[in-house]
Amino acid sequence: MKLPIYMDNHATTPIDPRVFKVMTPYFTEVFGNAASRNHSFGWEAEEAVEKARKQIADLIGATAKEIVFTSGATESNNLALKGVADMYAEKGNHIITQATEHKAILDTCKRLEHEGIRVTYLPVEQNGLINLQQLKEAITDKTILVSIMYAQNEIGVVQPMAEIGKIAKERGVLVHSDGTQAVGKIPVNVITDNIDLMSMSAHKMYGPKGVGALYVRRRNPRVQLTAQMDGGGHERGMRSGTLNVPGIVGFGAACTLAKAEMAEEAKRLEYLRDKMKDRLLAALDEVYINGTMEHRLPNNLNISFAYVEGESLLMGINDIAVSSGSACTSATLEPSYVLKALGAGDDLAHSSIRFGLGRFNTEEEVDYVTAKVIEVVKKLRELSPLYEMFKEGIDLSKVQWTAH
Amino acid sequence: MAYSEKVIDHYANPRNVGSMDKTDPTVGTGMVGAPECGDVMKLQVKVNPATGIIEDAKFKTFGCGSAIASSSLATEWLRGKTVDEALAIKNTDIVNELSLPPVKIHCSVLAEDAIKAAISDYKQKAAKA
Repeated sequence: MKLPIYMDNHATTPIDPRVFKVMTPYFTEVFGNAASRNHSFGWEAEEAVEKARKQIADLIGATAKEIVFTSGATESNNLALKGVADMYAEKGNHIITQATEHKAILDTCKRLEHEGIRVTYLPVEQNGLINLQQLKEAITDKTILVSIMYAQNEIGVVQPMAEIGKIAKERGVLVHSDGTQAVGKIPVNVITDNIDLMSMSAHKMYGPKGVGALYVRRRNPRVQLTAQMDGGGHERGMRSGTLNVPGIVGFGAACTLAKAEMAEEAKRLEYLRDKMKDRLLAALDEVYINGTMEHRLPNNLNISFAYVEGESLLMGINDIAVSSGSACTSATLEPSYVLKALGAGDDLAHSSIRFGLGRFNTEEEVDYVTAKVIEVVKKLRELSPLYEMFKEGIDLSKVQWTAH
Repeated sequence: MAYSEKVIDHYANPRNVGSMDKTDPTVGTGMVGAPECGDVMKLQVKVNPATGIIEDAKFKTFGCGSAIASSSLATEWLRGKTVDEALAIKNTDIVNELSLPPVKIHCSVLAEDAIKAAISDYKQKAAKA
């Protein structure tokens, strides 16, 4: 077993060597511009791009023409929201999303609010899922888009997209889903899930960084977008810019692998994840799982070790790469807004660790990580005045703290 | 973020971890911070009433590595100092000793607050006695 161990696969994944191999010739040999229409260099590049487009479409039940290549999911999210807001401005000015979306959605919505769009941020329940009744009630005659992410990047909970899509469709409202964490990990089908637009990213599914796509439905209904990038009119006018051919080739290959291996991989990761969870819960008291285990990505575990601060825990397990919802680990010095949205309380957000298992994690690694986490949590609890107070039976919520 | 060697050393081998009897009139207890802010420090001093010298200091901290190191270092410095000397410890001394980056300065401030709170608690007890 090699250290350090990478277990942060919601942040990014390594490129699968099989994907990398397929990409290689497109850097140096087949280097043409896919938009060059008058020579073989361009034709070969175009052919490779069209093959990848089909591979991606096949993974999500779409057709090749419905795939628009972008630089990644952030751009896809921007294009979907801003593009719909511009294009459907005459129909309405209201967008519905949820509190636990990725910042690429939330910050895009903030900008749209400055431009006169009204945005409803649905709260989530303690399990991390939205309340469908609240969604129904939030839709008005002015609503043009519902944007709900398929699977959450911190807590891995999977929203009932098919039902969400059905509710929106009944009212003639378009549905966008940020599928970044879900696509390639669990079965996603834009037809049965009633999705009109979906953002995807290659590097979350063992493909390269710097390439993503937006699925844009062409039938029932035909979705139109106002381009956000002006230029040569690539991607049927929806996204100008020379295509990242090697990246796109890698994205396509990653999708084909995911489609072939998803069922088996999900089973393996779920077994490892559950083994880890069960051992942590058996060895430690005051451990809380964030978000429902029932509707969840097979590779995600987000867990709070009460009375232990997340960054200090990361420091103790410094040969393991994971993430924390602790304020100390974020650029903003705020604890995770996602965990706060679950009503977990700031103290549990500070104590949370996100484990993101991936294709290349072994059972040996999972066992090592589990044992190490148990050891460090026990050590830090010896140091924790809060754990001492808890053991003395003091109700910490009734203590007068000197907030600073 | 890279931690300084001294922070790592205090984190790996924290000095003077523990608790003393809060009800002992020669023990002063300071508890600062809040769980929702991500750090709570408990710092205790045991003072010899005859000499005014801090004979023992203990801490427990919930917080990041820099918070743990700041309070661990504080207990080291407190031992053997008089109460007045202890009050002269400044957070900037801790910042310098541990080479704390700007985002971690609040950890040193918290440690200074904990020292002051512990000594103030001792003084209140001593005045009542």
